[in-house]
Amino acid sequence: MKNFKKWVATGAPWIWLNAAAVTACLLLVVGLLSLIAWRGLGHFWPASIQEWIVQTETGEQVTLAGQLRETETIPAERLREAGVDLPPELVEVDRTLLKVGNRDVTGQDFRWVLEPFVLERSEPRSLFLLERDEWGAFIGRLVGIKEDGTAVRADDINSEFEQRLARAESLRAEIHDLERGEIGKINYRLERLRLAQRKLELKGDNDPKARAEIAREREGLEAEYRALEERLIDFDRQIGRDSVVMRTANGEERDLPLATILHAYQPNAMGLGSKMVHYLGKVWEFLSEEPREANTEGGIFPAIFGTILMVLLMSVVVTPFGVIAAVYLKEYATQGLLTRSIRVAVNNLAGVPSIVYGVFGLGFFVYTIGSSLDELFFESALPAPTFGTGGLFWASLTLALMTLPVVIVSTEEGLARIPRAIREGSLALGATKWETLWRTILPMASPAIMTGMILAIARAAGEVAPLMLVGVVKLAPSLPLDGNAPFLHLERKFMHLGFHIYDVGFQSPNVEAARPLVYATALLLVIVTILLNIVAITVRNRLREKYRGLET
Amino acid sequence: MRAHSNADGIADRRDMDDFHKRRQLKDALARWLIAVGGVAVIGAVVLILFYLLWVVFPLFLPSSSESETLGQRSAWTDEPPLYLSVEEQLEVGTRVTADGTIEFFQTEDLAPLAQERFAPLAETRLSAAAESDTQPAQLALLAESGEIFLLERRFSTNYDDGIENRRIEPGLDFPYGTQWRPLTDGSPVVDFTFSSGDNSLVVAAVSRNQLFVSYGSMEQNFLTGERTLDSRNLTAELGFTATSIAISGNHRWAYLGDDQGRIHRYDLPSMNPSQTLKVSDAAITELRMLLGSISVLAGDADGGINQLFPVRDDDNAYQLTPIRSFPAQKGAIERIQTEYRRKGFIAIDSTGMLGVYHSTAGQRVMLEPVDAISPEAFALSPRANGLLTIGANGAAELLRLDNKHPEISFSSLWGKVWYENYAEPAHIWQSSSASNDFEPKFSLTPLAFGTLKAALYAMLFAVPFALAGAAFTAYFMAPGLRQVVKPTIEIMAALPTVILGFLAGLWFAPFLEENLAGVFAIFLVVPVGLLIFSWFGSQNPFLRRLAPEGWEPALLIPVMIVLVWAALALAGPIQDLFFAGNMRLWFSQELGISYDQRNALVVGVAMGFAVIPTIFSIAEDAVFGVPKSLSDGSLALGATRWQTMIRVILPTASPGIFSGLMIGLGRAVGETMIVLMATGNTPIMDWNLFEGMRTLAANIAVEMPESEVNSSHYRILFLAALTLFVFTFVVNTGAEVIRQRLREKYSSL
Repeated sequence: MKNFKKWVATGAPWIWLNAAAVTACLLLVVGLLSLIAWRGLGHFWPASIQEWIVQTETGEQVTLAGQLRETETIPAERLREAGVDLPPELVEVDRTLLKVGNRDVTGQDFRWVLEPFVLERSEPRSLFLLERDEWGAFIGRLVGIKEDGTAVRADDINSEFEQRLARAESLRAEIHDLERGEIGKINYRLERLRLAQRKLELKGDNDPKARAEIAREREGLEAEYRALEERLIDFDRQIGRDSVVMRTANGEERDLPLATILHAYQPNAMGLGSKMVHYLGKVWEFLSEEPREANTEGGIFPAIFGTILMVLLMSVVVTPFGVIAAVYLKEYATQGLLTRSIRVAVNNLAGVPSIVYGVFGLGFFVYTIGSSLDELFFESALPAPTFGTGGLFWASLTLALMTLPVVIVSTEEGLARIPRAIREGSLALGATKWETLWRTILPMASPAIMTGMILAIARAAGEVAPLMLVGVVKLAPSLPLDGNAPFLHLERKFMHLGFHIYDVGFQSPNVEAARPLVYATALLLVIVTILLNIVAITVRNRLREKYRGLET
Repeated sequence: MRAHSNADGIADRRDMDDFHKRRQLKDALARWLIAVGGVAVIGAVVLILFYLLWVVFPLFLPSSSESETLGQRSAWTDEPPLYLSVEEQLEVGTRVTADGTIEFFQTEDLAPLAQERFAPLAETRLSAAAESDTQPAQLALLAESGEIFLLERRFSTNYDDGIENRRIEPGLDFPYGTQWRPLTDGSPVVDFTFSSGDNSLVVAAVSRNQLFVSYGSMEQNFLTGERTLDSRNLTAELGFTATSIAISGNHRWAYLGDDQGRIHRYDLPSMNPSQTLKVSDAAITELRMLLGSISVLAGDADGGINQLFPVRDDDNAYQLTPIRSFPAQKGAIERIQTEYRRKGFIAIDSTGMLGVYHSTAGQRVMLEPVDAISPEAFALSPRANGLLTIGANGAAELLRLDNKHPEISFSSLWGKVWYENYAEPAHIWQSSSASNDFEPKFSLTPLAFGTLKAALYAMLFAVPFALAGAAFTAYFMAPGLRQVVKPTIEIMAALPTVILGFLAGLWFAPFLEENLAGVFAIFLVVPVGLLIFSWFGSQNPFLRRLAPEGWEPALLIPVMIVLVWAALALAGPIQDLFFAGNMRLWFSQELGISYDQRNALVVGVAMGFAVIPTIFSIAEDAVFGVPKSLSDGSLALGATRWQTMIRVILPTASPGIFSGLMIGLGRAVGETMIVLMATGNTPIMDWNLFEGMRTLAANIAVEMPESEVNSSHYRILFLAALTLFVFTFVVNTGAEVIRQRLREKYSSL
């Protein structure tokens, strides 16, 4: 006891509590990252399909087939209150959330099942999981294949299905290419013609030659369009040829056109190797494909693309300006009270809430400058705004303004670390100030500039609030970079990873189904930001080491 | 040869000179460019502040007006108007005179456009004309013989000659038929009013002691769209001298003013008096329904104006209640004209002064003299941006009103306001709704409150962890471990807040709802368990060897995991024992604390998580920077490590720690995504840990995209952004100054 009192008197318990605070912080970070990683990575794994015979409240037996989503324990009392008839000795009941799919058949994707009511469990190898372009997944058994409505006889129905699915797949790819490629191009050119004509009208130019030229061009395009349309109709007819008959676990049969089926696999029949292959394929699909079903399925490629493009544009703007401002403050400006206060002010701008930059971007860039630009240069498109609405360019500028302090502070720090002797040496050899700067100081400070740029990119990549005001959308019809001149469309709206998380997680009609996808997106975003930060930290530390040597 | 080489040398020299000149020029150019660029960048940054100010500024500009003479029609002097109005574009006016003529005229040159005469008989004259309170295009005419006639004005725009030469063409419709209907017995009328709704219609006139009401119900034929009006006439004898009348928008009540300053309420259609209320010491001279026809405005002979509306009392009955008084005018109020799209109105008194008011803000924004032959010779435009008057000699004037944001005053932004349909004054933020006659509620108080609430709970969570962690990391921790801990915390700072918000809203909030008791148990079990473990840890030589001094956090990792697990497992029994099985239900049933899934606790933890690294790294720097000589001295004098920490290091580093706290607070105040995703975003004022809030930043994110440019709402959102900007800027500057002082102090030690 005496020992204990002495121990308390030294203040050791407090030190331990302080240590515990560090432990708590570490556990919080690690726990959070593992939670995201676990949930995000688990999303792509082809989980096995359980087939359960379950007794319903009315006493009948139904067969459910689905993937296990989660299990939780709830007090039996609560269920009894809700009117569920349970054996009296039960205190707690496990219940399981099954992803049963077949939303078009049963009206719901998910089913809670109470464990005491499960009569029989199995994992039959014959169950198929079909990914479709609407209505979510379909889980059931393959019964037959139909061609133009009549049943096809096949010895190996599974391989027949596979072949026909591959054919539909390649047709779908062709349709996609046609729609996105040539038809998209024609639509774009038609829109340009319409604007050209509108421009003529606005100018009051009634030159019949110019008009005839436009009309002729339009006719040419429309003829081309009709030809393409015919091809499209032909493809549609071809892809619509086959359908499969599937039977759900509960015995209902459905005809599913192959055109709507994107993938089909039998998770229970897959070995570990093929599951791995499937897993990697799904990861690739997630990274490279466009979203489906209101962003709850498919990939996030446009969001990745939009984020990268926006961040690149931003760094192209922010780096030169940030460096110039830092060089001015450090090398040229008189170091007085004014410069000091400017420095403090710039420092503090890093702490101004990002939403404020969004408000500024919306009011100043979009509504003030954008509207004026529209009136000056894009009158023909009015009243539809071109730059007078949020878009890639304004979003990049807004974030550039937001990250400016990061670059300035980091560059200034780098400039400050360069020993005086180097400047003086260069000047003493007769170099002008600009030569000193360009040939010696800036190269030496370049790692610091890099650090600032990387930190700026990391911050911009994760920022969402200002973007919501200046040009991010939940689903952009086309990428801001494509094959139509002028290739980079600065006025277009774009998708963004961070906004994708917010939108799918909170605005989506089917949050439960979308949740794994959000975790996967979050994981990607976390990996990107953390990698960027680690690079920045490493570069900064190297830099410090390097100049520590110079200083002595 | 020699000459040649000489010339060569000169040429070389010239080249050299050129070269140096170019270098000098380059240098000057660079100097100039960098200076311009640097100043421009700094200017851009300053521009943010000025742009925000520039957008917010018009909210607080006083209103102004500009008078414009349109012309003169001397014939108008003979027949002063019974009714005058002007349409939306201020281009076409309508004038109704006692001889039954409705005339449309161009305001530009007063040229007549169309005219038509309405009277039941050739020789009858009209005694009054009134537009409908709810559908101002509809007019009711009252003949001296006591009959009424209903019609509707229509303005169509003709673009036949191009957009520049568009013409507005007036016309008349008769939605209720073209017959004259009976209303009064022909006695002289003191006031006349008209209110039409979707399925009922009330026209009422009052003489000195009698009330006449035509109470109509409407049926619409679904096939033809034709409306049939089925009306009955009601009368009541009054026991007072009536001066004015108004009909509530729901057609349940008629309000009558009398010469004693009282307002009498009559129920419709029973015609029973149900309430009498003394409003003023002077006679009521004018009653008028505000937009939406919920509030009634009462002007009196002393120039006072009061606003009243029905408030539900304890017995669930509506009682007309005086809400607010407006600044009085000098003469008796002769006419009140309400705005058509806002809760504002104008009042004209007997001294010829025009007052422009706004009801929600409770303020008068303008008072100035106008010239008009009669109180009826005023027309307020639908956008409330112009006032057409006919003065002496038939001269018409257009008073252009610049009164864009009358609803904004200091009290309407920050104070309690008694809004229509509310039982008492309250702080409410509700910026928009589906209906047109909605009263916008722009109180920033609940938003500022929500911001502080979120920031406070976040700081409550973050500060203990951040400070204790920083103290340990900087002073007690082994350097090897510190190299791991610092980057980890920096990574914590780099996590995008949208991810924290997403996890808080979709993972932590449901988890907390299920495990509320467990989470509370963590806060109890873990510290106690840690202290017990540390006692054994410091006594047990094996554990001591396992984690030498400075490595305690590593040792505690498994311990803490076990303790957290234990706390969650204990939650069930604890709940059964103390909280009747479910802590959340117990809170709501026994204590009456309501529980939202996304609440302040969720925000506190999530935003605390975002704030910890900010505070941690600044505080850690401050503690680490304390010169070693200080702590060495203290330890040499026999103080324990903890005493040194508390008595020597913390006081020395306290300014740095304080500045870390301030910067953390600044971050918590401005954070958007976490609060947006982890709360329900309801603007309520309640400290309840289990309810949500709406913060300034989240409010901007939610409402800004839908806000109409340059509207009051838009500017108020900018005001919110400016508030955030200034707040964080001031807090951060304060913190920065403190930190610089601290640095100077250290360098002198």
